[in-house]
Amino acid sequence: MYEYPAGELLSRKGVNIQIKELNSDIAHLRDISLTIGAIHDEKWDEPMGPTPFPSLTTLRNWDLALLNRYKPFYLPFCDLCCLCTYGKCDLTGTKRGACGISMPAQQSRTVLITACIGAATHIGHARHLLDHLVEKFGSDYPINVGGTGVEVEAPVIRLVCGIKPVTLGDLEPVLDYCENQVTQLLSVTHTGQEGNHLDFESKVLHAGTIDQVGMEVADIAQISALGFPKADPESSLADLGMGTVDTTKPVILVIGHNVPPSTEIIDYLQKKSLTSDVEVTGICCTALDITRYSSKAKIVGPISWQLRYIRSGIPDVVVIDEQCVRADTLQESAHIRAPLIATSEKNCLGLPDRTEDPVDEIVHDFLTGKQTGALILDPVKVGEVAVRTSIGIAPQRKKHKSLPHSKEALVALAKKCTQCVLCRRACPNDLPLPAAIKSAAQGNLSGLDEIYDDCLGCGRCEPPCAQKIPIHSLIVAAAEKKTRDETYCIRTGRGAIQDVEIRKVGGPIVLGEIPGIVAFVGCANYPKGSREVAEMCMEFAKRRYIVCTSGCSAMSAGMYRNEDGKTAYEQYSGHFEAGGIVNVGSCVSNAHIAGAAIKIASIFAKRPLRGNYEEIADYVYNRVGAVGVAWGAMSQKAAAIAAGFWRLGIPVVVGPHGTKYRRMLLGRSDKEEDWYVYDARTGKKVYGGPVPEHLFFAAETKEEAMVMIAKLTMRPNDTSKGRANKLANYVDLHKRLVGGIPSDVHQLVRTLADVPLTMKDEIVCHLHDNNWKEHPIPDPTLLKRMVHKEKEH
Amino acid sequence: MPMTDSWQTAEIPGPKKASLIIKPDIADAMIRRAKRPIMIVGHGILEYEVEGRKLIECLIELSKRGNIPVVATASTNREFLDRGFSPAALMPAVDIANRLTDTAWKGLDGKESYDLAIFVGLPYYMEWTILSGLKHFAPQVKTMTLDCVYQPNASWSFPNSTIKDWAANLACIVANLGD
Ligand code: SF4
Ligand code: SF4
Ligand code: SF4
Repeated sequence: MYEYPAGELLSRKGVNIQIKELNSDIAHLRDISLTIGAIHDEKWDEPMGPTPFPSLTTLRNWDLALLNRYKPFYLPFCDLCCLCTYGKCDLTGTKRGACGISMPAQQSRTVLITACIGAATHIGHARHLLDHLVEKFGSDYPINVGGTGVEVEAPVIRLVCGIKPVTLGDLEPVLDYCENQVTQLLSVTHTGQEGNHLDFESKVLHAGTIDQVGMEVADIAQISALGFPKADPESSLADLGMGTVDTTKPVILVIGHNVPPSTEIIDYLQKKSLTSDVEVTGICCTALDITRYSSKAKIVGPISWQLRYIRSGIPDVVVIDEQCVRADTLQESAHIRAPLIATSEKNCLGLPDRTEDPVDEIVHDFLTGKQTGALILDPVKVGEVAVRTSIGIAPQRKKHKSLPHSKEALVALAKKCTQCVLCRRACPNDLPLPAAIKSAAQGNLSGLDEIYDDCLGCGRCEPPCAQKIPIHSLIVAAAEKKTRDETYCIRTGRGAIQDVEIRKVGGPIVLGEIPGIVAFVGCANYPKGSREVAEMCMEFAKRRYIVCTSGCSAMSAGMYRNEDGKTAYEQYSGHFEAGGIVNVGSCVSNAHIAGAAIKIASIFAKRPLRGNYEEIADYVYNRVGAVGVAWGAMSQKAAAIAAGFWRLGIPVVVGPHGTKYRRMLLGRSDKEEDWYVYDARTGKKVYGGPVPEHLFFAAETKEEAMVMIAKLTMRPNDTSKGRANKLANYVDLHKRLVGGIPSDVHQLVRTLADVPLTMKDEIVCHLHDNNWKEHPIPDPTLLKRMVHKEKEH
Repeated sequence: MPMTDSWQTAEIPGPKKASLIIKPDIADAMIRRAKRPIMIVGHGILEYEVEGRKLIECLIELSKRGNIPVVATASTNREFLDRGFSPAALMPAVDIANRLTDTAWKGLDGKESYDLAIFVGLPYYMEWTILSGLKHFAPQVKTMTLDCVYQPNASWSFPNSTIKDWAANLACIVANLGD
């Protein structure tokens, strides 16, 4: 398939791979010499696979195979392009821009820009983190993500780059590679570069792969050096929710994703024996990672809790790092008289750089109100300044809040409303604000209290209000009891999945005793609040799927109690097993979910891993029933994370807001010709059935999502027992949530042995009505070269 | 507010915007003119009432009178079944929209492609993006929305209306179709 020129394949700082011959149908390699300057002594005897350090087009054929089946359906978010001064160009329908670009290409170009932003953000984060850790612990500091339980410490890096990192220093050339690729990928979006939408899409997938590598670097570096739980299924439970915060103490709030400043806060508290005197609370992924560092830290909630928590007046000092931090945090903190410390070069907020100033001076300026915020780029200094300021300022502030102070004050504000409806028209979830405010004006706060549950905390309702009603504050004040009752818990991010767990579940997953792996990941742009994520997690855990969580979704999963008063994490085990709910950690920990799928192929099925992307992805795609669910996906990072999963053959379901990512990757179950695979045993192209039906799918409601998730765990290679198990779940969910037997069951039954016993009569009747024909279960692959391989075996 | 303002203020698509259904006759004419209409019904329909009846009942009548097959998305199907009405298909909104962009697709019954797609009851922003997909990539299909808010990416849409005005218009459309 690939024809590499003899000689140098890749050469970059620290990494040099020579391949004298690789005439490939990918398998044929000879005389590879690999010198990796910075990399620790190579003690990995697995032969190098065909695609180490893939470039922009190395995996293009694999991408096109996927994209041919899952053709992009574009949903333009704007008819125009304004990316250069030729524009704006109207690209409606078949019109082309001044540069010649068409609408499909323009949409895919935007998707690529999005994925590049996401990948660059994770890689930039990883670089900052790695530099910090190398400086602090040395480049020879060993990578250890799970002791002897995790021998494959970096499945994504091994797969994509073909190297086995041993020390922190070994991760540096990996990031060099990522930075190089993202620069190349971003350059593709310049006017007059790529013109074909499928080539843009292939590069989107590449951005996803590079993103996955970057995330893995970040997380394995911090797990190793910062003593986070090491693949521990029984990692401790951490407090979660606004109600868990002890407001009698000084409170520090950390927001963002990049944990070093927060760890230094914890270290300083420990050094000064102040741990029990100050509350460290967090929002977003920094919160998740700080609880992996200290059992005393608390998580307030997902990204959407920023405004409500700050306005509640609880935090005395706000420390922000990078990513998903509200751009108006400085103003919001000023309203509650809490000083703000910015700690990242990527998010300076116009603040004076006080990095070199003495701690005493900075603290003094905060306490006297001379300064409301400062940029401090030295994490150690941040630790001391944050703690001393919080202790000093707490008695002055007295938890000064910017919410209405009483019900009377709330009602008085609501009375100003003219019912212009502009707030509702600005609300992303179209929440019925005017009606709720009208009731509030009459003293009835129940409407606002109800809205709290579905509110994204974005604050978009406020600026259009000509009456200057602080609408979000009204909602939060009306729901004050609810906020006090937010006392939940979350299992702290465990990081990687152990090799031994993979050995245990690999068979049951591939054979279908475990119906699938469902990973709830990503942001909190939910159509109907956090609770839906918790309900979905519990439903799939109850059905004995392996449920993984990460990022804001991991928090949402814990923010709900069942009828026994238990959260998902108290009710279900943290083991990677049927019925487990496994929180891997923060956004960058998503790499471990991809890593688990990769390890099923390499450890359980013994497929070669090293630099062997296509074969592993082909295995995962055809055999491992994994599905990603990003119910509130909002960010560019979420787009990049999804792209990494797609390329690995793992479908992703998003909520209705996900249609704003501008395109779906949808299969057509009604087109039989789309679903042929090679049978590796015979080399013949055979019908494999429409599974998994979609690669990127936006569901309208939670119910639709759940039915689709169950369907998307099906794979062409399912055994009959496995398919029966998956079908039983799919049909049962469909009956319960949609009504009736799904109309496509006959497309999903290959032989009568696939039919779940308990549903035999009705399904057989359905098969009969739909002229069902039996077809054999193939040994499926999308890669022609795998046919030869299987024959050789 | 101007009649062609998007309901969600910032959802401004570009130069090509939906024509207004100012009078029910316009919608009637569109439906009558269509050779193969189809109606895609989302879960939002359960929120509204038309002259004391649930909107879903009005849509069932519309489907029957206009002979328009219904695709029920999400879990809307249950509500139809409860009222003794079987939708022609149950399908996610993105799926049916994707099929509509395919000029070779012969419809749910395999006979002929559709020339009018009527949308109602999807979340505003999701309907917005889906109608955008159809505006750009299904020029052979005219689209109409029966929601009470302006959807700029449809071919035809009501303006942002009070529930009362909109309900009266809908009732009128349904009644006229029986003529
Ligand atoms: S990049 Fe192309 S389509 Fe976009 S504004 Fe420039 S010329 Fe127009
Ligand atoms: S803060 Fe809540 S109510 Fe206000 S616009 Fe955002 S989601 Fe809507
Ligand atoms: S924008 Fe302000 S005045 Fe208008 S309806 Fe909303 S709260 Fe009332």
